[in-house]
Parts: sequence; C-alpha cells; structure tokens
Amino acid sequence: MVVRGRVYRVSGPLVIAENMRGSKVYEVVEVGPERLIGEIIGVEGDKAIIQVYEDTTGLRVGDNVVGTGYPLAAELGPGLIGSIYDGIQRPLPILEELVGFFIKKGVKAAPLPRDKKWHFIPLVRKGDKIEPNDYIGYVQETETVKHYIMAPPNVHGVIEDIVPEGDYTITDPIARIDGKELVMLQKWPVRKPRPYKEKLEPTEPLITGQRVIDFFFPLAKGGKAAIPGGFGTGKTVTLQQLTKWSHVDIAIYVGCGERGNEMADALHSFRKLVDPRTGKPLVERSVFIANTSNMPVAARETSIFLGATIGEYFRDMGYHILMVADSTSRWAEAMREISGRLEELPGEEGYPAYLGSRLASFYERSGHVVTLGKPERRGSLTIIGAVSPPGADFSEPVTQSTLRIVRALYALDVNLAYRRHYPAINWLTSYSLYVDNVTSWWHKNIDPEWRSLREKALAILQKEAELEELVRLVGAEALPEEDKLVLEVARMIREDFLQQNAFHEIDTYCPPRKASMMMRAILLFYDLGLEAIQRGVTVEKIREMKSRARIARMKEIPNKGFEPYFEELYKFIRDEYSKLIEEVHVYA
Amino acid sequence: MPSPSLAIRESPGLYKAQGSLIIAEPMKGVSYGEVVEVLLGTGDTRLGQVIDVGKDAVVIQVFGGVSEVDMHYSRIRYRGEALKLPVGIDMLGRIFDGLGRPIDGGPPIVPEDYQDINGSPLNPASRLPPSEFIETGISAIDGLNSLVRGQKLPIFSGSGLPHNRIAAQIVRQARVRGKEEKFAIVFAAIGVSYDDAMFFIENFKRYGALENTVAFINTADSPVIERIAVPRVALTAAEYLAWNHDMHVLAILTDMTNYCEALRELSAAREEVPSRRGYPGYMYTDLATIYERAGRVAGKKGSVTQMPILTMPDDDITHPIPDLTGYITEGQLVLSRQLWLKGIYPPFDILMSLSRLMKDGIGEGKTREDHRGVFMQLYSAYAEGVKLRELAVVVGTEALSPRDKKYLEFADRFEKEFIGQGEYERRTIEETLDLGWELLAILPEDELKHVKEEHIKKYHPKYRKKKS
Ligand SMILES: Nc1ncnc2c1ncn2[C@@H]1O[C@H](COP(=O)(O)OP(=O)(O)OP(=O)(O)O)[C@@H](O)[C@H]1O
Ligand SMILES: [Mg+2]
Repeated sequence: MVVRGRVYRVSGPLVIAENMRGSKVYEVVEVGPERLIGEIIGVEGDKAIIQVYEDTTGLRVGDNVVGTGYPLAAELGPGLIGSIYDGIQRPLPILEELVGFFIKKGVKAAPLPRDKKWHFIPLVRKGDKIEPNDYIGYVQETETVKHYIMAPPNVHGVIEDIVPEGDYTITDPIARIDGKELVMLQKWPVRKPRPYKEKLEPTEPLITGQRVIDFFFPLAKGGKAAIPGGFGTGKTVTLQQLTKWSHVDIAIYVGCGERGNEMADALHSFRKLVDPRTGKPLVERSVFIANTSNMPVAARETSIFLGATIGEYFRDMGYHILMVADSTSRWAEAMREISGRLEELPGEEGYPAYLGSRLASFYERSGHVVTLGKPERRGSLTIIGAVSPPGADFSEPVTQSTLRIVRALYALDVNLAYRRHYPAINWLTSYSLYVDNVTSWWHKNIDPEWRSLREKALAILQKEAELEELVRLVGAEALPEEDKLVLEVARMIREDFLQQNAFHEIDTYCPPRKASMMMRAILLFYDLGLEAIQRGVTVEKIREMKSRARIARMKEIPNKGFEPYFEELYKFIRDEYSKLIEEVHVYA
Repeated sequence: MPSPSLAIRESPGLYKAQGSLIIAEPMKGVSYGEVVEVLLGTGDTRLGQVIDVGKDAVVIQVFGGVSEVDMHYSRIRYRGEALKLPVGIDMLGRIFDGLGRPIDGGPPIVPEDYQDINGSPLNPASRLPPSEFIETGISAIDGLNSLVRGQKLPIFSGSGLPHNRIAAQIVRQARVRGKEEKFAIVFAAIGVSYDDAMFFIENFKRYGALENTVAFINTADSPVIERIAVPRVALTAAEYLAWNHDMHVLAILTDMTNYCEALRELSAAREEVPSRRGYPGYMYTDLATIYERAGRVAGKKGSVTQMPILTMPDDDITHPIPDLTGYITEGQLVLSRQLWLKGIYPPFDILMSLSRLMKDGIGEGKTREDHRGVFMQLYSAYAEGVKLRELAVVVGTEALSPRDKKYLEFADRFEKEFIGQGEYERRTIEETLDLGWELLAILPEDELKHVKEEHIKKYHPKYRKKKS
C-alpha cells in the first residue's frame, strides 16, 4: 500500500510530513510537485521526518508526499564502469543532456542504461542448482573488466531456463530460477552490507606505488585507513594517486562535499592516463561518485554508502576493490546539520552521539572475504577516507572517532606541506597495523630483507628527530661525526625517498622493487659512511661525495629495467668510499 | 520573464520579531525560501526570506533587521519566488547596492532575465578542468602560485595589510597572453568601509576598467543582514556574463570575513547550536555555495574566476573563516605582516601560499618548460633558508656551514628581489623565471635537485653566459 501524506513543515533539507502512518524508516519518498527524492529518517505518530536529497526551495505546506515502499537502493549491473553519479546515483552526464550544465532538482534518470545491449555469455546450464551469488554468466564490460552476472543474494533454486550467448539489455530476462525471471540488473539497499561467507585477515599488501605507504606504512587488501590533514596538505592528491596506481581491479572515487574542479580534474585525468598494468585508460576500471560541496547536503551521506555498495558488489565477483572517500568530515557535517535541525541532543562540537557508530558502519564494509557463491572466490574492498579536521587539529571528534576504527593512519602534516615535502605524510605519527600481515608477502615477492630495511630507516628518522632538539641548541656542527652522518642520511631518506611528486611523469608511481632498491642505496651509503668515519673520514668529506647527487636522482630512473642501474650505483658508492678512505690513509 | 503579481499574497499576523527574524502567522501556499516584503507601518518596505515554513508558523529572515517592525501595523507580502536579480549586459559600468539596486544615480537596467541569486550547482561532469594561465605580472603569483581561469584563489590578509592594493594591481595587470577576449570584473564590497569601496571604484575608473566592471557595494554602514545576499548577487551577475555573454569574469569579493560575521549573527538570532567559535556548523557548506560558483564548462566560451579577500582575525590562519575558506578554495595567497614590516611589497608569505590548479596551467606551451622545476626549487630553497635563519638566531651565523650561509643569502635576496616588486611593475613570466634562476645561482649547483639537468644547462646563468 502506498503511503500518501502532506508536507507539514520545511526547514532546509529536512521536511516533516503528516498523514504518513504506515511508512517505515529508510523508506524513499517523493516530495512535492517536482517529486524530490527523500528518505524517511524517523517516524513519530503519523508524522514522518524526511531528509530530502535535493534543494527544498519552493516546497509548500500541504504539498504531496508519496511513499515508494522501498529503501534507498543502488542499481548494480553492467554499465557501472566509467560512470559518474551524484550521491543518489543519478548519472551526471545524462542529467547534463536533460537539463544542461546546471543541476536542476526533480530531474530523474536511470543509473544504468536501459537500452544498451551487452554481450552476455552464460556460465550455467539448465538444471544447475543455484545458490546466492553464483556466477550465472558474464559480460565483458570494458577490455579490463569482466562483469560477472551473479544470482542476487536472496535467490536460490534450479535453473529452468538460460538464454544462449547473445546481446541483451540489463532488463531482458536471462534465466529462470524456480519460476522467477532473472535479469542482469540488481538492486541493493545502500545502507545494508552485502553478505559474504567469511571475513579473513588481510595478508596481501595493496601496492599503491607510493613509497611512504608501500615501504613504511603498508596498506592491505581489504584494509581500512584514514588520511587526516588540514587544508592543502594533500588528502585529495594522495587519494587520487591511490585510485590511479593501486594494484586493484576496480577503483571507486567518492567526492563527498568537495570541489567541482577536482572532480573534473579526476574525470579528465582518468580518461587520459593509462593503467600501466593493463595498458588501458584508468577510466575503464573506475567508478566516480560526485556530490560536491555545493550540491545538496543530505546526499553526501548516501554518496558514501552508495560507493561502499558498488564496491561490495564487485568484491562479490572475486575482485579487489579500492574505494576512497574525500572527505568523510563533510559527510559527518551533513549528519550534524540534519541532527541539529532535528534538535537532537548534541554531543561533542554539535556532532550527534551516533557519529562514531555511523563512521564504523561505513569503514566496516571493508574487508578481505570469501564471497558467497560458486565458484569459490576471494575478494576485497579496501576503504580509505580523508578527514578534514578544523584548524588541522586532530583532537576534534571526527578524527578521533575515525582513529578508533581504522588500522592504518596517514597523518598529513601542515608543516611538511608548507615545506613542500609531498606527500606530507608524517613518518613519526603515521602507522600501519598491517606490517605483520604483509611481511611474508614482501619477503617472498620483493625483498627478503624488507622488514629490517624498513626498521633501520625509521630508526634513522627517529634519531634525526631527537637530534634536532640538540641542533636547535648547539648547531649541527657541534655534533659528533656519527650523528652528523645520521642527519645527512635522514635528509636523504626524506628528500630522496619519501618525497614523491605526484605530477612527475615517472615518479608518480614507484614499483615496490624499485623502492626497496632505492632504500638499499641510501642505507649502503649510511653503513659505509659509518665505517669511513671510524677510519678517519670526516662528514664534511662525505657531504662532498658525488654519490649524493646520484642518489638524489634515483627517483627519475624509469620504472622498468632499473636493476642494472642500481647495481651500478651500489658499486659507485662503494668505490667512492674506498677512495675517500684511501685518501685519509695516504695523508696519515 | 516572471509575472510576480499573480503569486503575491499578504499575511496579516505577526507573532514575534527579534533580531533579524520575524515569526508570522501560517498562511496557505507559502513556500520554503521565497522572498517576502515586510511592509512597515511607516510606509517603508524591507526584503526578507522564508527560512522555515510550517503549519504553525512561518519564520522570516529580514534583510535590514527588524528594529522598526511594528507588530500591529506591519504586513508581510509573499512574492511567491526566491530572490531574483534582474540581469543584463548593460549592468557593465554600473554600481549597485548589495541587493542589486542601482546606486550610481543612473536608470534601472533593462533586464534580459531574472535569475535566482542562489544559482544552481554546476554539474561536476560538465566542468572543464581550469588550465589557462593568467599572467598577473606579479612574480610571487605567476612564478610560484599561478592563477588559472576558472580558479577560486583567495587572499588571506590581516588588518592593515595591503590586500586592496594587491587586488587592484591584479585587476590592472591580469591578462591571458596572446588573446583578445571579452572580459569583465565583478566587484562585491561586503561590509567594507566607504573608503575601501571607493579605492576600488576610483582604480577601475582611472585605468579605464570601469566600463567592464559591475560593482555591488554594501558598506560597513549598510544593513548587516544584506551581507548574506551581496556575494550571491554579485556571482549571479558574474555567471550571467560568463555563461550568457561569453565573458571571462574575474569576481573580487571583499571582505569575506564580514560575510561570515553576518552569518554568525544570523545563526545566533536563530538560536542554533553554534560550532567552533560561535560560527554555525553549516558555514562550510554555506561558503561552498558561494566559492563553488567559479569555473569553466564544456561548450561555453566564458569563465568565472574568483578572488575573494578576507582578513584573518588576529592573523590566525586556523580561525574558522580562513580555515573553512581554505578547505573550499583552490589554494590561498597569504600575506605576511613580517614581510610588510620589512618593507616588502607585495608581502606574500610564500610558504603558506599555494595554488592548487597551478600544475595544469604551467609548463611547456603554457608558460615555459622549466617553470615547474624552478618553482619547486625556489620553494624548497627558500624554506631551507627560512629554517636556517631561525637556527642562526639561536646558534649564531658562525656556527653555520658555508652551504647554510648560501641559503641565508638566498632567502634574503629572494624576499627583496623576487617577492618584492613595484606596485606598478609588471613582470612577464619569462622575466619572473629568469629572475628565479639568477637567485638559484647563489646556491651550489648540486643542491638544485628539483630542476632537470637539461634545464640547468639551458637556463642557469652560469651556462647561459658561456653560450652568449
Ligand atoms: N604527492 C604530491 N606531489 C606533488 N604535489 C602535491 C602532492 N600532494 C599534495 N601536493 C600539492 O598540495 C596541494 C594540495 O593538495 P590537496 O588538494 O590534495 O590538499 P587537501 O588535503 O585535499 O586539501 P583540502 O582539504 O582543502 O581539500 C596540491 O594542489 C599540490 O600542489
Ligand atoms: Mg582535498
């Protein structure tokens, strides 16, 4: 039965409707003559509290409010790849065709194209027994993405009919299971996590091509991480780098309450840039959700859940997915605004008391799982959220609640950003709890000594921080030679290893093997330096070595076939030190 | 064109007037966000807007305050639509008040259209990434914080700093090289002193820019609440000229701090739960609906570039006004009191300043191939110099190594010669970059890690002199 009520009050994105008995929380309603999309977030007697996902200007008391009987759901199926949606999955390019380059309210368009035919190849036969999430067939959606058509999570039975290979739209029946027609299009409520068989501890790193992350604070496939930082410290650039270069099958970029120009930039660069692993444009493995800061506030919240739902859907096919959300703070602010209008009891800084649990309900959708369905497969959804603390002060509620949830933290530091040390990830305060998880993978696949190299480098940086206090009092020249060398090498680690320019044609991505060889060069320079000091060489001499300049240029070495270069570099460093030591002894 | 008269209705009853709010008797058909006229007993009228509408009451926010609203004699006239600005090409060369009414003694404009001052969000998928370099002739901007068409780049200033002079210099000098295109300036004075507003107008006049300018003036003595409307009114004009008349518009909004103060006042009047330092929790979103009205779109010739100016209370960049602005704009140009006291004009704090869209606007074919490297090298060298300068204060210059001393020298000269320049001096981008190389030549060559070796060979004074 369809509920029909009337507007009782309008206050910003919040509408109270009366005469709504029978409606349920989370039900989608259409409000007013323009049929604005809203969602019921509370019911009290015959009144429903509705958050409206479009601009409410022009609504009147007494306007119609019509229930749909359904919760807010994402459309899932072929056509997702390369799309760009707003927070309620309206396809933005189609909206442009319909109403021009300003978004108008009340415009409706199907998220997935209805008339497009996809070449469907069945994978099951008549008589096969089907369980939820079983592969039914697939569509080669882009050259890089094989889009599996799966039985929806609530469907099981026997295949009574299956269409032959051929071209079908997403609403054409492709199979019949126990009398029920199956189409390629699925719908899934965005607030409800999709089921899986088992959640596993992540074991494989998510290689991102960003040295400070891969080498120092590794991310894991299925992990959850946060990037907090003041304005202009590099959250967006870092997230874009991760979506561009991470070793994943599909990347989902959610711009939530951020800039329009940034979205435009992401869209354009994803069309231009080529995925080095497949040779195809990045857009062919990406999905965009854009609810910019000037678009209706309430839809920020749904944009994040929409992203997670699309991520889980592809995860269920057995893929590795990365979803980034920029910025979760804007989402939390939207929640605060709605909560304020509801006159709920405000918690810290006006945020509702459920801030923490709502944040958790989002990050918890990450994971490395054994999916439901045949054939048995594993998939992962990794989630990374940007946090924008006011005044770059991490003690504020959104940052703090996030820290309790995530397992890797990339803390962006305004002082590093002012010094143009990019990515401005502070190496002393950032951490990853995935180091142990991924150690054996690194040792087996990249470098058998990764752990010790990593720890040694971090120790040098730690030591530098301690020495800096001292330097501030007495100046660097008053330090013992060993400590001067630490300062010299720490600077190398910072400038020649950690700094990585996102806009450099080569250094934008760094293969893990190259990262490790770079670190080996620096640590070799350090170890031999210590030895040389013991044999009477001064740091002043070490500072003049040519090796330094060569180490500084390591980043620019092309990402393929770099091994001989490094072998040669190691030899160069050794030879130069030998000469230094010889000189000292000749004089002596 | 709308025919508003059909929709106009009057409500008799007022329940309460307080601060800038009126609570009125409910009336059928009142819509959320619509504009009202408050007819005062004195015969005057005030504009207002419906900010909450319910079966029990209508809440109206009044531009101009409610001090003279008499509960018995005042009436509310509902206009049936949101606040609209009459727009047209003959706005150019004219001066208006904060609500778009002419104040230059001229006739009303001939409107080509009426547009909602709140605008509509640009579809992010329709935007083109800004990438056309605007040469302002100021080294600190062009070389290190390049501005591109469609960007929103604010100036973060402090009271007493020369932000107005800098903005005027930018307006005088800004150009896109090699192109003759229609351009316009939209200027919004938000709660600034009469002198400051006139400084701009005089400047526009003197340099023949007035005929390409549309000015909206809300001075310090105009109604506070009108300040909420000024930037929106101005950007409506800017968008109209850009999207309907193919013009490249530079919108200057000054001072956004006054806007935010007005917003805070309003929020307090509504008895909302305040967020940081009394500013409303939705200030980020509210500011975004202003600052996001900039950009370029596919298939349109025009563009809107924004340069908001704000004064940081107590020079504190973490104050909510600069903080939230920085979270929305595409960078910021920060002024430094320290440099100003040293006598350096324009006193840009290079380390705190940033232009995020610079990367797409510079380099080969746009400025020069070595631009990116030079800019990164100048930044990092200056940062190093500043750090060492602080250190030298503690340990004395003697304790520094010869290398460090070079950096000190670099930092000093960089401030004087590169950042510093005349108020009427226009430097081409080539002059700016060459000047950069000259200063970098102070440093040992192997310190120049950020510039490509081939560029060192081509542009470093040492090699250039050899060649010529
Ligand atoms: N890895 C990087 N390489 C080169 N430049 C970088 C890098 N990271 C950040 N930057 C520079 O810093 C600027 C700001 O970065 P970004 O836009 O990501 O900041 P943000 O933290 O997202 O800020 P906001 O919170 O305001 O959105 C970029 O425009 C770029 O100039
Ligand atoms: Mg950002």
